[in-house]
Order: sequence, then structure tokens, then C-alpha cells
Amino acid sequence: MNFWFILFQDKRTEHKNYQTPTKISVNKSLNFYQQSNISNLISQIYNTIFAKNYTINIMPDISKLNDVVSQVRRDIVRMVHANSSGHPGGSLGCTEFLTALYFEVMNHNTKFSMDAKGEDVFFLSNGHISPVFYSVLARAGYFDVAELSTFRKLNSRLQGHPTTHEGLEGVRMASGSLGQGLSNAIGAALTKKLNKDDSMVYTLHGDGELQEGQCWEAFMYAAGKKVDNLIATIDYNQKQIDGSLDEVLPMGNLTAKLEAFDWIVLEEFQGNNIEAVINTLGRAKELAGNGKPVAIIMHTEMGNGVDYMMGTHKWHGSAPNDEQLADALAQNPETLGDY
Amino acid sequence: MEKKDTRSGFGAGLTVLGRTNPNVVALCADLTGSLKMNEFQNENPERFFQIGIAEANMMGIAAGMTIGGKIPFTGTFANFSTSRVYDQIRQSIAYSGKNVKICASHAGVTLGEDGATHQVLEDIGMMKMLPHMVVINPCDYNQTKAATIAIANHEGSVYLRFGRPAVPNFTPADQNFIIGKALHLQEGTDVTIFATGHLVWESLEAAKTLAEAGISAEVINIHTIKPLDSKAILSAVSKTKCVVTAEEHMLNGGLGDSIAQLLSRENPTPIEMVGVNDTFGESGTPMQLLEKYGLDAKAIVAAAIKAVARK
Repeated sequence: MNFWFILFQDKRTEHKNYQTPTKISVNKSLNFYQQSNISNLISQIYNTIFAKNYTINIMPDISKLNDVVSQVRRDIVRMVHANSSGHPGGSLGCTEFLTALYFEVMNHNTKFSMDAKGEDVFFLSNGHISPVFYSVLARAGYFDVAELSTFRKLNSRLQGHPTTHEGLEGVRMASGSLGQGLSNAIGAALTKKLNKDDSMVYTLHGDGELQEGQCWEAFMYAAGKKVDNLIATIDYNQKQIDGSLDEVLPMGNLTAKLEAFDWIVLEEFQGNNIEAVINTLGRAKELAGNGKPVAIIMHTEMGNGVDYMMGTHKWHGSAPNDEQLADALAQNPETLGDY
Repeated sequence: MEKKDTRSGFGAGLTVLGRTNPNVVALCADLTGSLKMNEFQNENPERFFQIGIAEANMMGIAAGMTIGGKIPFTGTFANFSTSRVYDQIRQSIAYSGKNVKICASHAGVTLGEDGATHQVLEDIGMMKMLPHMVVINPCDYNQTKAATIAIANHEGSVYLRFGRPAVPNFTPADQNFIIGKALHLQEGTDVTIFATGHLVWESLEAAKTLAEAGISAEVINIHTIKPLDSKAILSAVSKTKCVVTAEEHMLNGGLGDSIAQLLSRENPTPIEMVGVNDTFGESGTPMQLLEKYGLDAKAIVAAAIKAVARK
């Protein structure tokens, strides 16, 4: 078994041309694999290696994806600036993640169907980072990018926080009042199982959001009831409105907590490196379907890509002025055309 | 008169749905026996979801399950179906426009001995304030069963409220339940009693006493508080010219409140309301509590006499 595990590790590092940013608790992995019977184990590891090689053969065009990232960052700061309201910090911190999901990882159809049969689905639980969600949905083709200019304005489908109420393509659940998205995702994942639909359900949560008790009801349920078609990512920027996590309410060791809740936990230390994010999501997908839900603790930098917004919680919910906007745009080239 | 609990009507309706509608799924927060969901669970184990004591999670899961075409029915006590999870219902179900049926047992003081922590009297008000939420409070076993079956065919969020005690089962077993359609149970010319839930039977009893006193009372069952059958209400009032409302709920936010709003806008009419007036319940037997809180036939008779005198 050690041999197979080493092979699995070797293959991973061999094909990575950047610093390996992720780790999986080895003990946990072994426990996980020990629980499987030997033929399953071999098949899992074979599939893992095969899937890796397959991924390598059709490596994503990172430079094109980074062009999307640059444009999405421009959209975010322009949308927030135009209203003098919105949440740029967390949006910028999750730009690579959402771009990776919608442009590389998920199997999804931009011809929107609420029921999402045969498609992967995504729930944004921390709805306040709506600017990045709207921009990525529009850039992916769900609706016209010109509509981004209506963000937070009267009669817009792009409400301050995402909603299904105005019929915006790509949104399947309202979010904003925190802590509800994981429960919603579990529901969608259970329906996929009933429908014999082997697609995945992805979520994103703020780290501060996990202070809401409902999240832990959902963590408990998903593991206890083996909802294993579910990958939940925690945006671990360690900041919230009133300050750092430690200042507001220390969260302790999130990895240990989620492992204690019987989730498979991956830790992604480079949440603003899109290639790293794609690889980690790929590994999460490989680990899914084995009786346990998968969580990714994704270390990100709030405000990433705009230097003066980084390293502080001050841009969680503040908008840049004209001069600051120009500064932010100068740091992020227009690649796909501004809306 | 045969007596049966309305929650068993819910259980029987859910069993029918389990056999006839493959999209119906049921979720329960550790009160399967109390909600009478066992038969559905036994017959459809793959479509029954035991959530544990986590009502917020249950509402969120139910909302998510609609994505892909399922019709979730959640089951727990009325208090835990509403006040405990109001924000989850508001955002994930009502605002998100999800096809979830929130089925709530043990509503009102007739929950009895468990006392005020469990006796929700504010649920109709909370739920009717949510945009587009349908609010139904059936009066007996047969009507609860029929309502349970009917709401599966209504696309949208529904709150279905029923109770614990065995009460007379007096509506026909083969009734066709139409959401939002008031039922004339007894014709009368002097006063109209609009009643919902357990107080419909009490209103029929009150009408007998009133008849002996020479007052002809019309009894109309408003099983759907929202959408309200305004046409039926205005038509009745134009004839009798005074009104009594009767419900096992707080006066603020209940059926009487909805009817008073309608009448004050369309046809100002003397109205007396039977309900709980700004107080919590307490432990006791259901019948003791109905009497103590003025929710019985006697209270309805007194209200009707007062309403007639105000004409």
C-alpha cells in the first residue's frame, strides 16, 4: 500500500512545474485508503494517476485563464466603484477560484437551466462577493457583459447579493444572509443522487462565515450521510468585516475541525495561483465519490491583484474612489474588453 | 362524531403522495413519529431524509433539493418550522422561489402539556408576511389529508399548519381541496363566522347555540389564509353585515387581522375576533387551554352576540 501511495505522490510532483502548494494529511489519506478494499484501492490510485496524466495531456492554457482573471478584476473594481458600494476585497481574493471553476473545472452549460440535470452546479454561500460571481458568469457567457454596468442599481438583475428572484442566468439560490449555502448544496447533491446524475456540486464559503452555526449542522450532515458528490471550498483569507479572524472570533484549526467532522480536507496554500487551484480542485474531484464530502481550505489574499487592497481587511466592503480605481486598473490590463 | 388528529391527516396524505408522485421527497428533524411520517418513510426509504435535530439545515437542504425537480415536504413542530428557521425560509425558500412544502404540526395551544416553548401562536403571521408564501391551516383529518395532496400540485412555497389533538373529523373524505377557496359550512343571515383550523368545529358548535338564541350564524371555513378568498368574504359580509373571526393563533398577524384589513379597505363592518391576545400559552390539556385562552364555542358565541349588537 505504501508503494502505491508513494507512486501516487511521485506522479503528482513529477508533473507539476510550479511549487507544489497543496498538502493532504498523510495519516488521513492512509486512513481513508485503509478503509477501502484492496481492489478499490488499486483502482482508485490507477484512476488517480490516469486522470493526472490525462490532465497533463490537455493542460489548461494558464495564460488565457490569467487573461480572464485580469479582466474579472477590472470588472470587479469598476462595478464597485460605479456604485461606491459592494465588496471588492473578497471578490478579488476569489477571482482565480471562480475563474478556475467556470473556465476549466466545471462541466456546465451557459444556456441556463435551473434544474441543472447532467451539469455540475456551484453555490456561492458568501453572497457578498457577488461582483466576482457576476463578472465570471457574464465572461463565461451566461448573460451579456454589458449588464455588469447595472450592478446594485435600481431595476437591475444584479442585486447587491445574488438572487434567483430577478431571473439572472447562472444563479440558483439567493445568498447573502450567511451560513446557508452548504445546506443548499447538500440538497442539490442529494437530488443528483436520486436522479442518478453523477455531476458534482461545488460551494464557496467565507472563513468568517463558518461562525454561523448552520454551517456545522451541514458539515455534520454531509459526512454523516455520505454526501460525497460535494466539494466545499473555504476562502481562508483570515479576515472579516471587523478585523482578522483572530480579533473577531478565533476559528482554531479549521483543517482539524473539518477532519474531526469526517470530511476529507485538502489545504491549498496558493489560492491566488490559478494553476494550483485547478490542480487542487482536480484532486478534490478524484477524492470525491468515496463516501465522504471533500473540503478545500483555500488560503487567499483579500484584495489580491490590487496592491493597496492587499494585507488589510479595510477593503472587505469599501469601494475605491476615482484615483484608486485608476490605480487598480493600471495594475490589471484590459484583456477581453471592458463592459 | 369520529375524532382524529390533523397530523395523521398529513401523514395519510404524504403516504398517498409517496405512492403517486415520484418527485415527492420528505425531510424530518427527529420527529418522524410525531409528524406521522413513518408510513412514507417505510414505503420510500430512498426518498425520506432524516436530518437530525437541525431545522435550519433541513430548510436549506429542502431548498437545494428542488434543483433537479424534487418536491420536498419538511416535517417538524410548527415552532421549529417557522420562528426557529425564519431567515432560512425567507432567503433559501421564499426569496429564492423554491417549491418547498413546510409542514408544521403541534401548532397553537392544543399542543398542550409541553407548554409555551412549543406552542407557537405567531406562525401564521410570520409566514403570511413572506411574499408569495401560501398559508394553509386545515380544520380536520380529512381536510388536512386533502390539503397535503393538493399542495404537491401547487408550484411554489407553501406553509401547511396542523395540530396534535384528536378533533372531530367532519368534512367529507372525498373533498376536493382547492387552495384559496373558502368553504361554506353553514348558511346564516345574522352574522358570519370565519374560522380556521381547530376552531372551525368550535364555530359549528357555536352556531348551534346561537340558533337556540335566535341568531342565524353563517359559518365559513377559511382554510387558506393566504391567498385570502376576498370574494367569498366580501360576498358573505354584504349579506350578514357583521363578522366574527376564530383561530388558534395570536390576534396580531392571524386570520382576523387579514380579514380586518380586507374589510376596512373594502367594506367597513363590525368585527369581533376570537384568538390569543398578546400572551404566551402554558401547560395544560388541549381542552383546558382552549377554554382558558377563550378559543372555544363559548367564546365564539359571546363574540357573535357582541358583533350582532354592533350592527
